[in-house]
Amino acid sequence: MKDENKINALVNSAIAPSGRQEYTITVYTENQIGLLNRIAIIFSRRKINIDSFNSSPSELEGIHRFTIVINEMEEVVRKLVRQIEKQVEVLKAYFNTGDELVWQELALYKVPTDAITEKVKVERLLREYGARVVAIRKDFTVFETTGHREETDALVKVLEPYGLIEFVRSARIAIIKTSAGFHEKLKEFEAMAPGTEVIENTYLDKNEEVFSM
Amino acid sequence: MPQFTDTLPQEKTSAPIAKEIVELSGSQAVMQAFLAEDVETIFGYPGGAIMPIYDALYDFTDKMEHILVRHEQGAIHAAQGYARTSGKTGVVFATSGPGATNLVTGLADAIIDSTPVVCITGQVFAHLLGTDAFQEVDIINITTPVTKWNYQVTDASEIPGVLAKAFFIAASGRPGPVLIDITKNAQIQKFNFEGYKKCDFIRSYRPKPLIRKSNIEQAAALINAAEKPFVLFGQGVILGKAETEFKKFIEKGGLPAAWTILGLSALPTDHPLNVGMLGMHGNYGPNVLTNECDVLIAVGMRFDDRVTGRLDKYAKQAKIIHLDIDPAEIDKNVKATIGVWGDCKETLPLLTELLQQKKYPQWLDRFTQHKTQEEETCIFPEFNPATEEISMGEVINTLNDLTKGDAVIVTDVGQHQMVACRYAKFTQSKSNITSGGAGTMGFALPAAIGAKYGAPQRTVIAIIGDGGFQMTIQELGTIMQTKLDVKILILNNRFLGMVRQWQELFHEKRYSFVDITSPDFVQVAKGYYIDGKSVSEREKLKDALQEMLDHKGPYLLEVMVGKENNVFPMVAQGTSVAEIRLK
Ligand SMILES: Cc1ncc(C[n+]2csc(CCOP(=O)(O)OP(=O)(O)O)c2C)c(N)n1
Repeated sequence: MKDENKINALVNSAIAPSGRQEYTITVYTENQIGLLNRIAIIFSRRKINIDSFNSSPSELEGIHRFTIVINEMEEVVRKLVRQIEKQVEVLKAYFNTGDELVWQELALYKVPTDAITEKVKVERLLREYGARVVAIRKDFTVFETTGHREETDALVKVLEPYGLIEFVRSARIAIIKTSAGFHEKLKEFEAMAPGTEVIENTYLDKNEEVFSM
Repeated sequence: MPQFTDTLPQEKTSAPIAKEIVELSGSQAVMQAFLAEDVETIFGYPGGAIMPIYDALYDFTDKMEHILVRHEQGAIHAAQGYARTSGKTGVVFATSGPGATNLVTGLADAIIDSTPVVCITGQVFAHLLGTDAFQEVDIINITTPVTKWNYQVTDASEIPGVLAKAFFIAASGRPGPVLIDITKNAQIQKFNFEGYKKCDFIRSYRPKPLIRKSNIEQAAALINAAEKPFVLFGQGVILGKAETEFKKFIEKGGLPAAWTILGLSALPTDHPLNVGMLGMHGNYGPNVLTNECDVLIAVGMRFDDRVTGRLDKYAKQAKIIHLDIDPAEIDKNVKATIGVWGDCKETLPLLTELLQQKKYPQWLDRFTQHKTQEEETCIFPEFNPATEEISMGEVINTLNDLTKGDAVIVTDVGQHQMVACRYAKFTQSKSNITSGGAGTMGFALPAAIGAKYGAPQRTVIAIIGDGGFQMTIQELGTIMQTKLDVKILILNNRFLGMVRQWQELFHEKRYSFVDITSPDFVQVAKGYYIDGKSVSEREKLKDALQEMLDHKGPYLLEVMVGKENNVFPMVAQGTSVAEIRLK
C-alpha cells in the first residue's frame, strides 16, 4: 500500500504561497539575556524568514520592545504571536498590517562627493527625496533618509548610476495607531499579582482588551 | 548476590536549615531552595563543573535522596517518571558539557509531554565562558527550544530568586522543563543569604489565562443542543488534577469520552462512558465516530497528528469546543468553534453547572457496535492467537487479570507501547507513564525508576521492546544499586517491531535494518544481580507473570512474542480517522 499521491498531497498542502501579506509584530518583553534567541527561533523553527528585526528599550524602564516584520498569512501570524506570548518573559505581543501602523526605516547612502559636486542632477534628486547630509568628506558623502521601504528603494535605484558606494537600511520601527501605550497594560499585568483578597474578575466583559491578540 | 556496602560514612551531621541572614555558598543556597521546595528526590550524575553542589548535597543526604543514574538521559527520564506518578516536580543534576547535552532528549520529551522538571547543570567558571574551556558547552542556547524557561546563573546571589522562579515556572500553568545552568564560581561564591521566598508571580507570565464566562456559556449551549456529543481528553485532566471534575462533567452530560495515550488512566478503564483510545492505533469507534459526532469537546489535549490523522478530513462536520490552559494550543491544529481558555480544574465545574442532565443511548450504541466489530476482527484474535507464538495483547491481557488494573504501567516506544496502551486496564489516575509526543525509545526503564520513587507503594511495571531496552539498558545499574522494586517486562519480537510493521505495510516488506539481535537479557540482568526469567510458551505465561509480581525486589521477565505481528487497528499516515483499518 504505497500511496505516493497521498504523500505528495500532504507535502503540497504544506506549501500555500497565497494569501501572504506583510505583518508587523510588536513584542513587549522583560529585558533578559537569551530572550532574543527565544523569540528568533520561534520563526526559524517554522522556516519563516524575518524581513526586519528591531530590538530596543521601550517607553517603559526595563521593558524591551521588539519590532518584527514578516510576510505571511494572517493565520500563521496569529499562531506565531501566540507562541511568542507563551514565552515566560514576554509581556504582550501584537500583530498589525501596515495601514494600522505609523512606521519608518532609516537608510544611509554613501555617494562619491564628485558625483554631487559635478552633477547638479544628483543634488536635486537628494533634495527631492528629502535626504539629509550626515557626513562630508573629500572622497565621499553620506546621506540619510527615513521613510518607507519603497521610498528608500527608489532612491537607491536613482543613485546607482552615479556610483552609489554603499547602502544600509535599518530595521523597521513602528507605532500602532490605536495603541494607548504600554503604561496601562503594564499596570494590568502588575495588578494580576495574587493578593489576599478575592477580587472580581473585571476582565470578563472586556474580552477584546484582555485577549487582544 | 553481593552485599552492597553502604557508601555513606556512618557519622554525619546534617547542615542546619537557614532561617536568618547567613553567609552561604551558592551551592548551599541550592540546598536551601530544595528544602523549601520540598525536594525529596534528585536524579543525577556528578562531574567537575557541578562538584561544589554535590559537596553541599553531602550534608543533606538525610533530607533528600540522590539517585545516581548511569547516564544523564536516564536522570531526566527518571525525573519525568517521578513527576508523572507523584504530581511533583522532578529534579535533575548534571555536569557541564556532555553531562548537560545528555539531557537534551529528555528535555525535548518533557516539553512536548508537559512534564515539570527542574534541571541544574554545572557550568565552567564565568570568566571562562566563550573560551572553549574544558567541558564548556553553550547549554542555554542548545536547550532554548526544548525548555519552558532556562537561565544561566553567574553570581551566587541570584540563586534563591532564580530557583524560586524555576520551580514556579516548571509546575504552574502548562508544566514543562526548566534548566538552570550555574557557573562554578557562583556555586562556590559566598553571599548573604536572606532566606528563600517561593515565587508565585512573575508579571510577564500568566500561567492560567483568565476564564471568559461567555465562552463557558456558549460551550454549554452547544453541548446542551447536541445530539451526538463526543469528548476527547488528554493529559490536561491529570496535570490539572481535575479527574473528579472531569468525571462529573461527562456523567452529568452523559458524554462518551475517549482518551489520548497521555490522558489514559485519568478516567477508569471500565467507566461506562470511557469509549477507548484515540489515534493511529486507537479504538475503532472513537476514530470513526470522530467524523460522525456533532459536537466535539476536547479537554486538555492538543490534537497531535497521531491523534487526528489527516487534518483536512478531521471532524469537519462537528462544532468544536476546545478547553486548554495554553492559549497557543487553541486553533493551532484544529480550529475551535469555541475555545475555552483556562485551567480545566476551574472551567469544567463551570461548564458542568450549566449542562443539562442527559443520556444518549442511541449514540452510545454506535460506540458499542464499533466495539463489537473491533473485538471480533482485532481483539479476539490478538488475545487468542491461532499460532503457538504469544501475542503482545495476550501478555497485557493476562497481566490485567493479575494486577486488576492497580499497577503503574511505564511503556517505551513501539508496538508494545501501543498494545499496552490499548489493552492495559487502569483503576486510578497517574498510572500510565509513556513517552507520547516525542516517542523517545529508551524512556521506559529510567522512567520506571522515577515512577517507583514517585509512587513507592505501587507496583511499577516497565513494558519495553527488545530494541528500546537496549537504548538505556545501563540503568539496570541504577536498579542494582538502589535495589529498587521495579518489574521489567520485555516483549521480545526480535525486530524493531513498529518500524518493521510500517515496512511491511508501506514499503513492500523491504525490511531495511530492523532485524535487531539482543543479548541474553536474563543473563544481562543476572550480571546486575537482578533476577529474571524468559518465557516463550503460552502455558507458562501466567505463572511467569505472577512470579514476577510476587518477587521481592527488581525482576526482569522476557516474553518471546510473535516476530511479525502487527498492531491493528491503524490509521495510516496521511489518511483520515474514518479510514481506520481493522486489518
Ligand atoms: C530514540 C528513537 N530512535 C528511533 C525511533 C524510531 N522507532 C520508533 S518505534 C521503533 C521500533 C521499536 O522497537 P522495539 O523497541 O523492539 O519495540 P517494538 O516496536 O518491537 O515493540 C523505532 C526504531 C524512536 N522512536 N526513538
